[in-house]
Amino acid sequence: MAYSDKVIDHYTNPRNVGTLDKSSHKVGTGLVGAPECGDVMRLQIEVGDDNIITDAKFKTFGCGSAIASSSLATEWLKGKTIDDAMKIDNMDIVEELALPPVKIHCSVLAEDAIKAAINDFRVKNGMEAIELEKSHH
Amino acid sequence: MNIPIYLDNNATTPMDPRVLEAMIPYFTSKFGNAASRNHPFGWVAEEGVDYAREQVAKLIGASEKEIIFTSGATESDNLAIKGVFEMYKEKGNHIVTTVTEHKAVLDACKHVEKLGGRVTYLPVKEDGLVDLAVLEAAMTNETILVSIMYGNNEIGVIQPIKEISAIAHKYGALFMTDAVQAVGKIPVDVNKDGIDLLALSAHKFYGPKGVGALYVRRKGPRVKVTAQMDGGGHERGMRSGTLNVPGIVGLGKAAELCMLEMESEAKRLSALRDKLQNGLTVLEESYVNGNVDHRLPHVANISFKYVEGEGLMMAMKDLAVSSGSACTSASLEPSYVLKSLGLSDDLAHSSIRFGLGRFTTEEEVDYAIEVTKKAVTHLRDLSPLWEMFKEGIDLDSIEWAEH
Repeated sequence: MAYSDKVIDHYTNPRNVGTLDKSSHKVGTGLVGAPECGDVMRLQIEVGDDNIITDAKFKTFGCGSAIASSSLATEWLKGKTIDDAMKIDNMDIVEELALPPVKIHCSVLAEDAIKAAINDFRVKNGMEAIELEKSHH
Repeated sequence: MNIPIYLDNNATTPMDPRVLEAMIPYFTSKFGNAASRNHPFGWVAEEGVDYAREQVAKLIGASEKEIIFTSGATESDNLAIKGVFEMYKEKGNHIVTTVTEHKAVLDACKHVEKLGGRVTYLPVKEDGLVDLAVLEAAMTNETILVSIMYGNNEIGVIQPIKEISAIAHKYGALFMTDAVQAVGKIPVDVNKDGIDLLALSAHKFYGPKGVGALYVRRKGPRVKVTAQMDGGGHERGMRSGTLNVPGIVGLGKAAELCMLEMESEAKRLSALRDKLQNGLTVLEESYVNGNVDHRLPHVANISFKYVEGEGLMMAMKDLAVSSGSACTSASLEPSYVLKSLGLSDDLAHSSIRFGLGRFTTEEEVDYAIEVTKKAVTHLRDLSPLWEMFKEGIDLDSIEWAEH
């Protein structure tokens, strides 16, 4: 199966690889997936005043599409408010990266990672976690 | 050196130009139907087929009358298993095989179960070998066939064929082996090994695709299989259909070349394979899958923990290899062969199979080592699991959200 140019680009030059200090109250961490399933994503956001995301980092164990999905997610997160970030839909990622049907689960995982990171931040800062729709998978 | 480098010779091999040369006349001037008995066109084609039959027989220590040409090993496996089941149903209905067989064997066995047969799927040990005591315990008076592969396609382990066939015969059962990966690579002898039926395929040893053979023993005992296709009664009635003369001639030539070159080639390949393996297992947390002492000379299956196989292959795009990762299959399940060795799913996801071949050079192996090491390091830098491992976090202590 051939990969789209965008997947190859994100895979070859992943954006925002790294680790933020997860003990900081400004940082929210989402760790989703499972090693047994062949993909694990860790996505972190750093949130500034006005609840705007100032930085985002990821590390992913998974196939090229999973790596590209999380790399793209970190690009999209920066500069967004956490409320806007909550609205990122996995199908936006599918469309941007032209993921084939068998790789849709990679985008779902990226969406889950975003939401998990935001909720981690919210809970740390005395806000309620947002009830998530039942997981897609 | 041509990029990408082909290191997937367990999937298929390039055809040897000498094989192609032998085949060409049989497409054009020697185009006859080998079953045409009444004119020279048929005789010439038949002569080509007869010669190929001898070449194939010689490679496995058989007599030429015991070779049935087929379309490939999947057909041979089906013909052997279903054909024995039908032919010997008066005697019993039990078949013994292993969980690490090729799908052609496993699915033919499942078909037999639907027809009322009983099949025992033996587990294998951690190194991929069959436990002979477990095999013996599975044998009954009803057992008509034991079907166990010679060399495994994913990890390359070689089963103790002589011991296995002795157990099968002790209980009055026939012994069949899918020898697709072994024939042409290591010495296989149907008499010394006690084999009653054997499946082989030309394209795994530098011959053309779409042609293979089933060896069916004629003496001690005389084995028969029920044909699975109705037609003109070719191949002693066991396999109808006009013979694929050019393909068969190619299969014969490929067999002859393997016979001539096997000894030196096996030495050369195992030295290259060991170089590759030693060059890669210097990486931390890398594991060779399967028994390394009883292994085909050209195969190494290695898991690089904390990286995922498909992602890894993408970083190794200059190399054509394969992975036991789920992402490379339609099923989204990691390799059933690796799982049956007791490998955890994450190690199965992290595996890469390197399959060397006749045209693999040392320069290519050196390059493959370099590319693979770079790719593993790159992906570990991206891997949250690698980071956790480095921080000393026990990954088993984390509650993963399975999906």
